Amino acid sequence: MASVAEPITRSGRRRPSLPDWALPWLSVLGVLVLFDVLPRLGLISSDSFPPISKTLQTLADQATTSEFWTAVWHTLEGWALGLGIAAALAVPLGIALGSSRLLYRACRALIEFLRPVPSVALIPLAILIYGTGLKSKVFLAAFAAFWQLIVQVIYGVQDVDPVATDTARSFGFSRWQRLLRVTLPSAVPYIATGLRIASAVSLILTVTAELIIGSAGLGRSINVARSGGDVQLVYALIVATGLLGWALNSLFLRVERRVLRWHPSHRREASA
Amino acid sequence: MSSRRERRLGLVLEVTVPLVVLVLWGVTSAGSTTYYFPPLTDILTTFRETWLFAQIGSDAVPSVLRMGVGFAIACVLGVSLGLALGLSRRGRIAAEPIVEFLRAIPPPALLPFAILVLGVGNSMKVFIIAFVGLWPVLLNAIDGVTGVDPTLRETARVYGIPARDRVLRVMLPAAAPRIFAGMRTSLSLALILMVISEMVASTNGIGYFVLESQRSFAIPEMWSGIFLLGILGYALNAGFILVERRVLRWHRGAQASALG
Amino acid sequence: MLRVEHLAKTYGEGQSAVEALRDIDFEVTEGEFLCIVGPSGAGKTTLLKCMSGLMPPTAGTVSLRGEVVDGPPERMALVFQDYSRSLFPWMSVRRNVGFPLRRKRLDHEQARGLIEHAVESVGLTRFLDRYPWELSGGMQQRVAIARALAYQPEIMLMDEPFASVDAQTRADLEDLILQVRKEYGVTVVFVTHDIDEAVYLGDRIVSLTPAPSVVRETLAVELPEPRDQVETKELPEFAHLRAHVWRSIKRTQQQVPAG
Repeated sequence: MASVAEPITRSGRRRPSLPDWALPWLSVLGVLVLFDVLPRLGLISSDSFPPISKTLQTLADQATTSEFWTAVWHTLEGWALGLGIAAALAVPLGIALGSSRLLYRACRALIEFLRPVPSVALIPLAILIYGTGLKSKVFLAAFAAFWQLIVQVIYGVQDVDPVATDTARSFGFSRWQRLLRVTLPSAVPYIATGLRIASAVSLILTVTAELIIGSAGLGRSINVARSGGDVQLVYALIVATGLLGWALNSLFLRVERRVLRWHPSHRREASA
Repeated sequence: MSSRRERRLGLVLEVTVPLVVLVLWGVTSAGSTTYYFPPLTDILTTFRETWLFAQIGSDAVPSVLRMGVGFAIACVLGVSLGLALGLSRRGRIAAEPIVEFLRAIPPPALLPFAILVLGVGNSMKVFIIAFVGLWPVLLNAIDGVTGVDPTLRETARVYGIPARDRVLRVMLPAAAPRIFAGMRTSLSLALILMVISEMVASTNGIGYFVLESQRSFAIPEMWSGIFLLGILGYALNAGFILVERRVLRWHRGAQASALG
Repeated sequence: MLRVEHLAKTYGEGQSAVEALRDIDFEVTEGEFLCIVGPSGAGKTTLLKCMSGLMPPTAGTVSLRGEVVDGPPERMALVFQDYSRSLFPWMSVRRNVGFPLRRKRLDHEQARGLIEHAVESVGLTRFLDRYPWELSGGMQQRVAIARALAYQPEIMLMDEPFASVDAQTRADLEDLILQVRKEYGVTVVFVTHDIDEAVYLGDRIVSLTPAPSVVRETLAVELPEPRDQVETKELPEFAHLRAHVWRSIKRTQQQVPAG
């Protein structure tokens, strides 16, 4: 059915205007031009905010240096390890807690207390125990990502349709089989969403650790550039970090959408 | 196991397990000589000495204030922009790439930018908290508005409800459940960003206190700060849920009857 | 009072275009209860949306008292089928019913009076301060009707309003609408797929063909008033009318090629 939000003019026709596909390009272009011109005109201090074209130029230059890519690699390393460890712990634990009401209730208070603790509060502790290298970074990233993920896994396992599990039970499936064939597939979309959130969190904590503790990676490079007064480099690296974050997020989003597409609840909604 | 017995056992476990964990921690750390893990009793004593009420004014209050102001700005901006973009399909299309990129920048990477532009004072911290907290509220507000049941919108149109009332009295309440979900995320982000910004560039605040304590090897103080942050996180979350329950009472009722 | 002239509505363009209404032409006299019947897929909801100005037609016009309708007119109210989605869940019954009155800028006392009178007409005075989800389906639909009544429209359009309630509640609501129509003196355009309901309620019936719809025929319902669920339906005249409309719809369903 046609959208009710059509603007109803006297003649019943819409005003001719820019096509939809042009809009995002125009807005991005507009922003880029704006932030290139304003510093040049001196309306924004170009000491603290250089023209965007210069920033992008610096970024392009950086892309040819090996230090840049080493930093990127270090960040990705921390991110991957943090996410991996979090997943390796959170998924089995989450399934266990989600499947057993008793276990869940026993641990619920602990989870509710520990979850809101900002993982960044543990930075000094991480420094003490693990020093300033990769281990600190991974510890913090894994800790933060773990909580985000385990909550989603538990929720996903708990949200399985009881009719489905009952049906499986009436067919004589054992507990294990039910878990593998009914519960897990149904929980997969939640786990996919959880992984996406956990990935974002892991990246944030990785860069935070690099920034504050000084572990190798983009965060540290940005900090070094700032204390060295290389303003253009600071912005170039921030843009690079943003692109990295955006790329990782898009990747997980794609996977998540793929997974959600076959999920029955999603299909049902689409046809309704 | 019968359901009633199971529930009673669950309740017992829920209360006793945390207590047991605390006691275990207290006991195993009692004779601790490990530098990094002082006895729980020491930590608790230090906590009382530090935060009740010596350092509250000098560190806790500024932190909470920064968080509060930043969070408030994020909510106000997020809701108003979210309403505007939610109502404008073309606005959404135009803004999407910019929003997607800005929100993907890991917040800590923005700190150097904020420091460059705003220095190391309160405005920098409030800015960062507001900027990062904006996105969950904004995106959820947009989703909330676009997800408003078309029948509700048509009803408002049929009765010729004026535009201002349509937005404030129909769209906003209808989107409120999603907006609150976004605000809850924003709140926990506000706490995190408050700590990070204080660790990087500050002369007071809880985050600053914790890092400084570590640097000057005042370990029980460091732990007491960590505890405080945990309590703060828990209390803010619990408080927010209480407020949400009150404001969205109608929503829970409506959902329950829809399911039942 | 309300004139629908050569109304047509096509959705989409080109290959995937769907012609819902081809040529709808009829008139609504002031004060009458007009029922529009048609099989499912006859575009009845589309017709109502065009009539109420929610959707622009592809061709033709709708005019209310001589003025062309190109947006929801002030003197018209619309009651939707899906009451649970048309009442605002965060407002009590009182506020839901009073909400459209904001357009009229009445003073507090006047608005209050209108609200309470309307709610009393539908028999829900006890529930003024309850929320929609606390009420049953039939009661929610009554609130929607009260809301339309409090608005004091000259004409009320109703889109299969009783389709989603059980038979007993439907009978009660049918009698209710006849009663409030008399009390408030509104003109009613009532869309339904239920032929019994159309004959029971209407002064006139317009029957539509399946899409692409045109008006199959218009007939007057000459049954005595007041209508009664048992007595009126026992009359031979009722059975004749009912059969007539049934057959005409069946005939058009066979004549129009499938799809």
